[in-house]
Amino acid sequence: MKPKVGVFSFTSCEGCQLTILNLEDEMLDLLGAIEIVNFREAIDERGHEYDVAFVEGSITTPEEAEEVREIRERTKILVALGACATLGGINAIKNRHDLHQVRRKVYGDGAHHFPTEATQRVRDVVPVEYEMHGCPISKREFLQVTKTLLLGRVPRPSPHAVCTECKTAGNVCLFDKGICCLGPITRAGCGAICPTYGGDCVACRGLVDEPNLASMIEIMKSKGMSRQEVEDRLTQFNTLEPVDLEPHFSS
Amino acid sequence: MKGYEINVHHITRIEGHGNLVVNVKDGHIEELRLEIVESPRFFEAMLEGRRYDEAPWITARICGICALGHTTASILAAEDALGIEPDEETVLLRKLLVDGETLQSHILHLYFLVAPDFFNAGSVIPLAETHPEVVKRALRLKKMANASVETLVGRKVHPIGMMPGGFRRWPLPEEIGEVKRLLLEAREDLTATVELFRRLDMPPLRRDETEYLALREDGEYALYTGQIASSLGTISPPRTYRDRIHETVAPHSSAKHVSAERDSFAVGALARYNLNHDRLRPWAKAVAAELGLEPPVTNPFHNNTAQLVEILHCYEDALELCDQLLERPNGDHRIQEPTRHGRGVGASEVPRGTLYHDYRIDESGRITEANCIIPTGQNLANIEADMRQVVSDMAGGEPNDIQQRLEMLVRAYDPCISCSCHFLDVEFV
Repeated sequence: MKPKVGVFSFTSCEGCQLTILNLEDEMLDLLGAIEIVNFREAIDERGHEYDVAFVEGSITTPEEAEEVREIRERTKILVALGACATLGGINAIKNRHDLHQVRRKVYGDGAHHFPTEATQRVRDVVPVEYEMHGCPISKREFLQVTKTLLLGRVPRPSPHAVCTECKTAGNVCLFDKGICCLGPITRAGCGAICPTYGGDCVACRGLVDEPNLASMIEIMKSKGMSRQEVEDRLTQFNTLEPVDLEPHFSS
Repeated sequence: MKGYEINVHHITRIEGHGNLVVNVKDGHIEELRLEIVESPRFFEAMLEGRRYDEAPWITARICGICALGHTTASILAAEDALGIEPDEETVLLRKLLVDGETLQSHILHLYFLVAPDFFNAGSVIPLAETHPEVVKRALRLKKMANASVETLVGRKVHPIGMMPGGFRRWPLPEEIGEVKRLLLEAREDLTATVELFRRLDMPPLRRDETEYLALREDGEYALYTGQIASSLGTISPPRTYRDRIHETVAPHSSAKHVSAERDSFAVGALARYNLNHDRLRPWAKAVAAELGLEPPVTNPFHNNTAQLVEILHCYEDALELCDQLLERPNGDHRIQEPTRHGRGVGASEVPRGTLYHDYRIDESGRITEANCIIPTGQNLANIEADMRQVVSDMAGGEPNDIQQRLEMLVRAYDPCISCSCHFLDVEFV
């Protein structure tokens, strides 16, 4: 019997699902190897059981929390898919604001119709077997992880920083071009795609284990970045991993 | 006449989920709503206090499908606010990218969501067995469109190289040549696509009240940017959008409702076709004529046909842009810097219609106020008006048939891939 796989989506842009759909060359093989029992909103089809559930998006409403708990009960393996699910990502920027004001700003007097809660990662709500990082996820990693899971093993994420992959890609270091980049403290796995296309790394895959934040912040300062600029950079995807900048900027 | 109720839970999405509710009693519509119940994300609030060059990056994350469109509208808004003038080649390259995104999105919609209906299949998965050549062609075309964008800016979902003032990395001439090669290779598949969709009969629907809104530009079929034009005759610059269209909060919809000169209006491929058909490239124009698409076309199901025509237009346009870029010296494309600060509006045609970003930016380059108006939201009130027409046209019909027609109608507006997928009760692809 082919393994049953479900793909679920919570608060997100759906770009990670779309990245899976963009596996044009592998799509027919993938459909041959697994049975996709749900690609969206499986909750109305009660009774489904999954071998693997991929969950995209952050949890931002009580209904979403309830749904993800239900998915957890019905799946053997739960993989969080993409920065919204693994870090809170862009969705967590709103946590930095007063949520009541945020609602009024967007919906005015109609705000009471649209409840929202602070953005949570999937693992803040239910246990997760594997976190596939990135905004969006990388196609290559999705295939690798899926294959490993199909072989009955739980994959291990890369322990390296983006810099390692950036060197392998043969890029000139962005710091040498006067651009500040979070590659030195960010978890690898993306193939350093942003620096390769001229963009600085913004840590959409989260930070490496034991990142040397103190040095990173000092380097950013030495490049002339203000406290606000350093904070912007560190919070774009990682609001839920707060960094104390006070010691670096109180003088 | 007996009454009936239609209740479809989580049918559609605008970055998310929607429900279809219809309640007819004694031939009279008691209730008819397209409820948008997607979790709100508050992007406008998130942008406040962020630097202008972060905005394209953040707003791309509004939607994975039209990430490039959000990036473009965001860049245009920042450039308008800050008095940044990108160089000519930058504009050409952006137009090439917009063509790539339109191609990708329309191919996905027509092949993966619309086509299965006409093969009596629930989704594209059974088609892989019964019509493998169609599915393989669909995948090849989709890959061509994705690969074109990836070659130029690294990624289709959340493009990397684009920013206000220029490109973070200018593509090499051989990369632009590669895009041209990918396009040329697709010609046969596109011809076969026309043959396939030529055979599909769109259901009839007539409601002549629809106002169409699209951008219009001198000398070209406006996609990258232009003036706001209405089928009722008015035309004005993007900065006037607040006088032209009005947003209201509807309690049943986390996407705001929008109206212009009439109670509702439509944006998207059909609106663009109706307003700008005279500016299509030759192949697109010829096929539109062959298909009998006589403007103004008021049947919303022909949004599908208009997308087919736009696929051909974007293909020809992209080839032309590749040639133009290749003819020019691959010089130094410096990123242009701000010359002022204030308010700016960016308007761009994304696959589903006109997208507006409106920012106020202070002298430190930080956004103090932001507003984004998304095409699917603009169409909502018009979809509901068309739904009423369907219900009244099909009075006395089987509720199942009416429900199916209503779902097809919403799907024709192409609200979003996942939504339409769910509409069809498709499990995947």
